[in-house]
Amino acid sequence: MKIRCRVNGVSREVETPPMVRLLDMLRETLRLTGTKEGCGEGECGACTVLLNGQPVNSCLVPACHAEGASIVTVEGLSKRGKLSPLQEAFLHGGAQCGICTPGMLMAAQALLQENGAPKEAVIREALAGNLCRCTGYVKIVEAVREAAKVTRAAAAAKKPARKKKAAGKEKAGGKQKPAMKKAARKKPATSRGKRARRA
Amino acid sequence: MVTRSPAVNRPRSIGRSVPKKDAAAKVTGAALYVDDLSPEGLLHGATVRSEIPAGRITRIEFDSAFDWSQVTIVDHRDIPGNNCIALIEYDQPALVENEIRHADEPILLLAHPDREKLQQALRAVKVHCEPLEAVLTMERSIACARLVHATDNVQKRFLIQRGDLEAGFARAHKIVEREYRVGHQEHLYIENNGVIARMEADGSLVVEGSLQCPYYVHKALMHLMGLPAEKVRVVQTVTGGGFGGKEEYPSMISAHAALLARKSGRPVKLIYDRMEDIAATTKRHPAIVRHRSGVTEEGELVAQDIDVIMDGGAYVTLSPVVLSRGILHAGGPYRCPNVRITGRAVATNTPPNGAFRGFGAPQTLFAAELHMDHLAESLGMDPLEIRRRNLYRLGDVTPTGQVLRESVSASECLEKAVKVSGYVKRRKALDAANRKALARPAGKGPRKVRGIGLSLVHHGAGFTGSGEVKLASIASLDLSPEGRPRALAASTEIGQGTVTIFSQMIGDALQVSHDLVEVAQPDTLRVPNSGPTVASRTCMVVGGLLSQAAADMRARLLEFDPRGWSDDRSFRKLALRHLKERGALRIDRQYQPPSGIEWNDDTYTGDAYGVFAWACNVIEVEVDLDTGDARPVEVVTANDVGKAIHPRLAEGQIEGGVSQALGWAILEELRWKDGRVWNQQLTNYIIPTSMDCPPMKVIVVENPYSGGPFGAKGVGELPMDGPAPAVVAAVRHATGQWMDEIPISPERLLEKLARLEEALT
Repeated sequence: MKIRCRVNGVSREVETPPMVRLLDMLRETLRLTGTKEGCGEGECGACTVLLNGQPVNSCLVPACHAEGASIVTVEGLSKRGKLSPLQEAFLHGGAQCGICTPGMLMAAQALLQENGAPKEAVIREALAGNLCRCTGYVKIVEAVREAAKVTRAAAAAKKPARKKKAAGKEKAGGKQKPAMKKAARKKPATSRGKRARRA
Repeated sequence: MVTRSPAVNRPRSIGRSVPKKDAAAKVTGAALYVDDLSPEGLLHGATVRSEIPAGRITRIEFDSAFDWSQVTIVDHRDIPGNNCIALIEYDQPALVENEIRHADEPILLLAHPDREKLQQALRAVKVHCEPLEAVLTMERSIACARLVHATDNVQKRFLIQRGDLEAGFARAHKIVEREYRVGHQEHLYIENNGVIARMEADGSLVVEGSLQCPYYVHKALMHLMGLPAEKVRVVQTVTGGGFGGKEEYPSMISAHAALLARKSGRPVKLIYDRMEDIAATTKRHPAIVRHRSGVTEEGELVAQDIDVIMDGGAYVTLSPVVLSRGILHAGGPYRCPNVRITGRAVATNTPPNGAFRGFGAPQTLFAAELHMDHLAESLGMDPLEIRRRNLYRLGDVTPTGQVLRESVSASECLEKAVKVSGYVKRRKALDAANRKALARPAGKGPRKVRGIGLSLVHHGAGFTGSGEVKLASIASLDLSPEGRPRALAASTEIGQGTVTIFSQMIGDALQVSHDLVEVAQPDTLRVPNSGPTVASRTCMVVGGLLSQAAADMRARLLEFDPRGWSDDRSFRKLALRHLKERGALRIDRQYQPPSGIEWNDDTYTGDAYGVFAWACNVIEVEVDLDTGDARPVEVVTANDVGKAIHPRLAEGQIEGGVSQALGWAILEELRWKDGRVWNQQLTNYIIPTSMDCPPMKVIVVENPYSGGPFGAKGVGELPMDGPAPAVVAAVRHATGQWMDEIPISPERLLEKLARLEEALT
């Protein structure tokens, strides 16, 4: 089946069996290996990507669901080689072994697009479907707060002075905004995709 | 010493939390883990495993309806060298020849270009067996229900003795005897075990993958493949977590991939999925620890008689050394003149247990700390007070006769954690609050109680006893073609920060920025054997060697041009000039034991470790009396690491270790059915999420060690040791119930609470 979708802002046509996992389509067909697999059953969140702005476990999504959709992976977070505030914040202890980091970043990105000033409890809930075995989550939660702070400060600094540029910037990210709203506020990572698997 | 530093004003990097060097590639998705590599002509590998824990293979049947033409099949007869995974003893086969000794033991290997087809092939193989009686528990092993190892099922035995036990007990006012149990724990690194193997045209073997100890794999492959050292090359890829789970097991999976690559002539990728990884790889050793101890009326510890039993599983692997560290920590951080500690690792028909952060110490310290609480209770003394009276101080002597000469921080860690947590006040306040909560009858709203508990632990830094001397690690520093200082070591970055702290230590010694320093990818073709990445030794031992090498390099470069350098640019200029005029510059440094360290392996006496790290954990737990759910709500943890080279990374190690320990204490339980892991998924083997982990107050204590670089003595394992007993103490405080076995699952806790209610009514 031919699947047409946008991946990290670029239109793609992918030839793939429809029931292949979105994870495999990204990693193997498109060679976007930033998205990781940790469990293959929607528990660890390492494979989290944004599908039309919503965080999903790409190991549980069949490729055919990507038809016509916009997908953002970790490779799509930095713009022209410049790290996003979230990525920047993860350089200081939020990423240890790094295998959960791409998924963690995508879940955090989804949260920050929805809530620019999340409280600690909200961050912890939004990341509860992304397992990390290295950090105890302390530095991850700190990183998300720091990124929110930096983003707010940048927005505040930009708004009055350079309206044009700020508007342009918003447009770039703005595409996902309606979808963001649609995404239920509680897109609780915990119930995001639990699936019983035959033992 | 006066340095000839050309740049004395430059801020130093040590003690500063610079950006983690490997993180940039990890946050963009550019970092390549083993599963991200796909060499040309790749085959996928899979393993046919035993379904029973003990038996003999009678026949292997290949479904004739399946097309086997494209499948590479390997069995033990395809092994060119010795069918064993070389480690301490050479008893574990790479592939079963006849006798199955544990469930999920590897029997056959398959490879195919297509993963789907490979799965079909796996299902088309049937191994017929004649079962044997399986010995699945430590009790049955000790009873010799069937002999599965040597003449008594004991893989290793230790004895530590000091003083006169009987005289000690005679002095005791109270004698308390109890048994403590801890279960398996799965490492649950988020990246499963995986490697890629290929044979080169010249007959040499290359294995790259997710691993902690390149030279362990190197040694194992030489024996298995019958190849000389120079024909085996092991390369570490970016590794998604280890925790000890990638210490010895990668030798096994590398062996399998190598055999498939050799037979097929193509590169073979062998990556476990989560179920296979949980079922087949190593776990933390379960243990039964019995304590009989005596205290005087004043709470002075006068006799400790401790027996430690660990379940080694079906093969010896690393169990002797895990047991060794276990018994060396079994007394806890307390002075006691009369001690006997016996230890046994016993064989069972279960997958071999192995290295896991803490390496035997968390198991025995759990028992030691709980027992201290029981002793306090027998005297009506506060748990804090009994610790204050017995904790190790400078000059005290351990059960092996080691005199603690420096960097002893038991008291400092205890007092700091107690002060920051407000332990004393909080304990009283919770007592009052709990009485109120308990007064509420069942069914009338949530009945939640809280308790606060503490624990005090020590952790020997680096390898035990003569381990470091035997290893004789070498680490090197050279100049890269670009004129940058480059560290060459087999020590792996597994998330903990090896690359960053090595750069900091070398940068400071050379007086250049840490950014200028390169750390070579661990590759046995290019880096010397700096030993395994285990035992909290990377910073202290290997970092120390590299610091010395950097000091040597600085001297050599200043000798070459006494004008020296003032910044990174001028360093590179000078370095490039050196490369051009004098050629390569490489400094090798080999481990030399600090003077005055004596250890006797035969009598198990002497200086077991160069120094100890110390930690105190104060943990508050909330217990729901109706659901049996115990939740840690706050952690205060004070850890003496000697010197935090990179404070945020050190904190990260502590926070991560604490959460792993909280998981072990409360959530993580492996269930077994007929010798096989029953809950081999993340849906039913539960590890802490961001909502399970409480906020943590981390206090880094820096009591420097003269034998460590900049005073550092290691941090990786220490935080794993203390939280579990502190949680149990808190649950005891909250509910009045002693949980002498972990995890404190809701089932276990409810059962205790029900028994209590029964007794009350």
